[in-house]
Amino acid sequence: MAKYLMLKHYRGAPAPVNDVPMEKWTPEEISAHVKYMNDFAARLEETGEYVDSQALAPEGTFVRYDGEGRPPVTDGPFAETKDLIAGWMVIDVDSYERAVELAGELSAAPGADGKPIHEWLELRPFLGSHPTITE
Amino acid sequence: MDEALLRSLTPGVLAILVRRGADFAAAEDAVQEALIEAVRTWPADPPRDPKGWLVTVAWRKFLDAARSDSARRRREDLVEEEPPPGPAPSVDDTLQLYFLCAHPSLTPSSAVALTLRAVGGLTTRQIAQAYLVPEATMAQRISRAKRTVSGVRFDRPGDVSTVLRVLYLVFNEGYSGDVDLAAEAIRLTRQLAASIDHPEVAGLLALMLLHHARRASRTAPDGSLVPLAEQDRRRWDTASIAEGIGILQTALARDRLGEFQAQAAIAALHADAPTAEQTDWVQIVEWYDELTRLTDSPVVRLNRAVAVGEADGPRAGLAALAALDDAVPRRAAVEAYLRERDGDPVTAARLYAEAARRAPNLAERDHLTRQAARLNALLSH
Repeated sequence: MAKYLMLKHYRGAPAPVNDVPMEKWTPEEISAHVKYMNDFAARLEETGEYVDSQALAPEGTFVRYDGEGRPPVTDGPFAETKDLIAGWMVIDVDSYERAVELAGELSAAPGADGKPIHEWLELRPFLGSHPTITE
Repeated sequence: MDEALLRSLTPGVLAILVRRGADFAAAEDAVQEALIEAVRTWPADPPRDPKGWLVTVAWRKFLDAARSDSARRRREDLVEEEPPPGPAPSVDDTLQLYFLCAHPSLTPSSAVALTLRAVGGLTTRQIAQAYLVPEATMAQRISRAKRTVSGVRFDRPGDVSTVLRVLYLVFNEGYSGDVDLAAEAIRLTRQLAASIDHPEVAGLLALMLLHHARRASRTAPDGSLVPLAEQDRRRWDTASIAEGIGILQTALARDRLGEFQAQAAIAALHADAPTAEQTDWVQIVEWYDELTRLTDSPVVRLNRAVAVGEADGPRAGLAALAALDDAVPRRAAVEAYLRERDGDPVTAARLYAEAARRAPNLAERDHLTRQAARLNALLSH
């Protein structure tokens, strides 16, 4: 039982096999893609492995503390940022192998010409909060 | 209201429904509904016979569900208004429930969830909170688990070792949400020990009690880990230690050693030492030799290397470590500890930092990072 984050990137992941930007797909292809993602999440809920999924807007703001009594400084977005997160799904599975299997399925979401995108997803294990007893 | 009493009645009530002919999945749902109703109504109106009340309400819930579900109409032939008395459920029924919920066809997470609900009487919401997943996900996990075991015969004896593995998983999950899973694992293992006479069940119960006895001293107020050698032994729960040692001694006397008894023996030797320095490391190494013989797991050999390092010096510990693959979890942390004791703080600091990067949880990572920082501060002076 371990939680994993499947991270989708706007930028920063290696190029997918079926590398056509979404705005050049047909509307039907976009609908098929969205349906695949929703069906995937619904299926994981049924298997008892779904935790969360969210999408993020591409444009964000950098914020930092600027000293006592001063408002925070904001900056960005930076067009040159290499790594840009598009969204994530969190799963709770029995093994690393199962996490890899599910990430592989999610990466098969259809894109242009109805063919799988083969998108690279980043799979990151959660750090648990409480230690396993090992003394 | 005594929720522990309420939940201790769960397996017996469920067994009665199954004996009367209800299928396991439907009976389990009905018992869960009865428990929720008990939580709601008992504080104002406590029943004289709690178990009888639960059986009556659960049976009514079961009948209602069977009637309202037209797809299940055929089953109504089975259920009558006046239930047959049926054979009185015995402790064996409770045992059968443990076997069913830990059935080998279930994945570990499904077995854990089903055990906590059907045997433990926890609600789906409580289990979901404890494992930090949405309630809908946990509900599906449980209903799939019930479907998986729906064809399993209720009267077949199962393998007690699968049950022990499930209970050990629950125990190791510790504490999150409003349910103390370690305490719940102890309660369920105690209940299991009352239904089956088996030295490994006793061994696991002893192991849990001995570990649990040290829980308060294991973390500092800020949540950071306190290593065994630095724990305030006055905060150990002596009653729990005494109980664990008593149970273990009875089990060991039967001369059917297993891995939980051996692990409990090691925990007992730690619990028995008035100070860290007085720990009987030579005997602990002997128990690790037994454990290696029983399981031959790399984790056991790693822990054995720590014990060898204490018994025969860090060089001997490092020699014991040499045969272990780098990929074994926590190997770098153990080597860092032994290197420092062997007078090589430079290597130790590097290994602690590496171990921190590979730590599986936050508390361990922070602990290992602090160890690396402590050595780096010493080295820079």
